[in-house]
Amino acid sequence: MVMAASIDYEALRLPATPRPDAETQRHPVVIAGAGPIGLAAAIDLAQNGVDVVLVDDDDRLSTGSRAICFAKRTLEIFDRLGCGEAMVRQGVGWSKGRVFHRDGQIYEFDLLPEQGHRRPAFINLQQYYVEGFLYERAKALPRLDMRWRHRVAGVKIEGEGVTLDIETPEGGYALKARYLVAADGSRSFVRKALGLESHGQTFRDRFLIADVRMEADFPAERWFWFDAPFHPGQSTLLHRQADNVWRIDFQLGWDADPQVERQPERVLPRVRALLGKEAKFELVWASVYTFSCLRMESFRCGPVFFAGDSAHGVSPFGARGANSGVQDAENLAWKLRFVLRGQAPEALLDTYGVEREFAADENIKNSTRSTDFITPKSEISRQFRDATLELARDCGFARQLVNSGRLSKPSVYASSPLNTPDEDAFAGALIPGAPCADAPISRDGRDDWLLSVSGDDFALLAFSPSPSQIEALRAFSSGEIALKIVLIAPKTAGFVCVADDGLAAARFDARPGTTYLLRPDQHVAARWRRFDAAKVDAALRRAVGEAIRC
Amino acid sequence: MLKLDPNIPEPDDFYEALIKAHRGLSAEQSGRVNAKLILLLANQIGDLDILREALAKAREGVEPAGQDATLEIVA
Ligand SMILES: Cc1cc2nc3c(=O)[nH]c(=O)nc-3n(C[C@H](O)[C@H](O)[C@H](O)COP(=O)(O)OP(=O)(O)OC[C@H]3O[C@@H](n4cnc5c(N)ncnc54)[C@H](O)[C@@H]3O)c2cc1C
Repeated sequence: MVMAASIDYEALRLPATPRPDAETQRHPVVIAGAGPIGLAAAIDLAQNGVDVVLVDDDDRLSTGSRAICFAKRTLEIFDRLGCGEAMVRQGVGWSKGRVFHRDGQIYEFDLLPEQGHRRPAFINLQQYYVEGFLYERAKALPRLDMRWRHRVAGVKIEGEGVTLDIETPEGGYALKARYLVAADGSRSFVRKALGLESHGQTFRDRFLIADVRMEADFPAERWFWFDAPFHPGQSTLLHRQADNVWRIDFQLGWDADPQVERQPERVLPRVRALLGKEAKFELVWASVYTFSCLRMESFRCGPVFFAGDSAHGVSPFGARGANSGVQDAENLAWKLRFVLRGQAPEALLDTYGVEREFAADENIKNSTRSTDFITPKSEISRQFRDATLELARDCGFARQLVNSGRLSKPSVYASSPLNTPDEDAFAGALIPGAPCADAPISRDGRDDWLLSVSGDDFALLAFSPSPSQIEALRAFSSGEIALKIVLIAPKTAGFVCVADDGLAAARFDARPGTTYLLRPDQHVAARWRRFDAAKVDAALRRAVGEAIRC
Repeated sequence: MLKLDPNIPEPDDFYEALIKAHRGLSAEQSGRVNAKLILLLANQIGDLDILREALAKAREGVEPAGQDATLEIVA
């Protein structure tokens, strides 16, 4: 697989895919939209044996300047999809942020203060690189049929499936699917075609996004100013991206004229005010945005599933757009795979909505709170905001209230119907529904990471099982559901065994005998203090939706 | 539980101090002082249930006549 950063993914033109001859077969899954979410979902399905058709109306990857901050959990998902390493190599890793008010720093934070994680809290990488690396990976998968300049122009739900009208430069054709994933972005055609809506609020404010190329010695940190001397009365955000490109985000206020503000003669003085008169830089992109927080009421409509921006939208403070969308894709992909293979009831698919609508609410809540702080919506909320900032200089409590963006974290599906509630006492964060923590381990003497050992299927992690538990594990059959058993224990014939230097056990609050059941999306399904075949079997069935009554 | 019965031993002294804190200030400056005061006191109380009760009590009987600068959208 070629994953050379030398390819200019921003400019790359993908050849229009010829219109197929009349198609008669019904595809298991069609995905509308090859943005980061559609690509991630398609790769996840295709690398796990599901035939997928991915159609996109365009012949280019992400245009312009959009997402840059990709979170640790997203990188772990990209690792599982086989393209995380290329992104991390190309991107700028960071975990620290600073918040300034006027000319002084009021606050700094570290999103990942502890060692022993494969991936940093965040990398900054232009969205076209992310899509480029996903695209390279997608190209290598024989089950993935990508079709460029194939636009979804009609959607009909018919019986147990969907029929799409596809338009291509050579004319139209009908495409049939058992399931449709609508990853066609915030203006989703599929959403409108089905008469569905997304509801929420728009903030009365405008933001100038300027990307500049320059050699500069700012550290790779997130810097956020309220009322900076160089941009008074408004906020400013600075981020370093790949290729010496820096993202500067200037708050402009509602009265700014978006057409005028994006002109270089308006943008350059603002940038110069921040960087200093002598700074040498080149403006590579400027655009003006207004942000909204909104979501569809239900992410499922029969055989159609909405994922990413088609389903929900947030303001970028917190980097929760693409990051949460990639988690949608991961959540949906394994469920579709299991149902298509007949290994799970249809009801499993409803839990996509349950879990990801909950996640969307959490993201919207956080994003709305940040935006309310940055863009106060009334005179009194401005007064409280300014009072908070002034107090933050010498009052620790006020620093906690300063909100320049609460950065993306994966949701914990604590009340998911797929979880088996704890019977035994555990400490720590890995409750049922939580995304599994990573930890350094070694395998056959080589350094590796726990998450890369767990794989794409259900996994059972058994910490130092006793000889009798090992025999019970050996005798255990998970039936038709693939289950990977991993012993965190010395080499034992017939098992995948890994060695832990203590971090895995600490993060899992593990004692000898502790057993975790992980879902294919690496969220914890259940855990016990000792392996019990009947309990694991019941938890596994529950995790594929067998306990859900329709 | 939010206390509504007397809890300040020297009520007149408190009230005098409160008014004094605003002496000579414009409405806008007073607004800033009040905002800081509320934040400081809220931190001192440190109990979200009580704070919510106080917020509700303060809001009692006030019919909204203002407008927030957010727009409902449908897409
Ligand atoms: C300024 C800015 C900064 C941002 N920063 C961040 C950040 O730091 N971190 C973060 O996580 N998120 C960020 N986001 C959000 C992020 O860009 C989006 O959440 C993300 O692109 C959503 O991906 P998607 O695949 O759902 O949709 P999109 O990326 O919009 O992709 C949709 C795809 O569908 C195709 N399509 C549309 N209609 C049709 C049709 N009818 N038929 C076929 N194909 C169709 C489009 O061509 C497109 O390729 C930012 C956004 C902006 C604007």
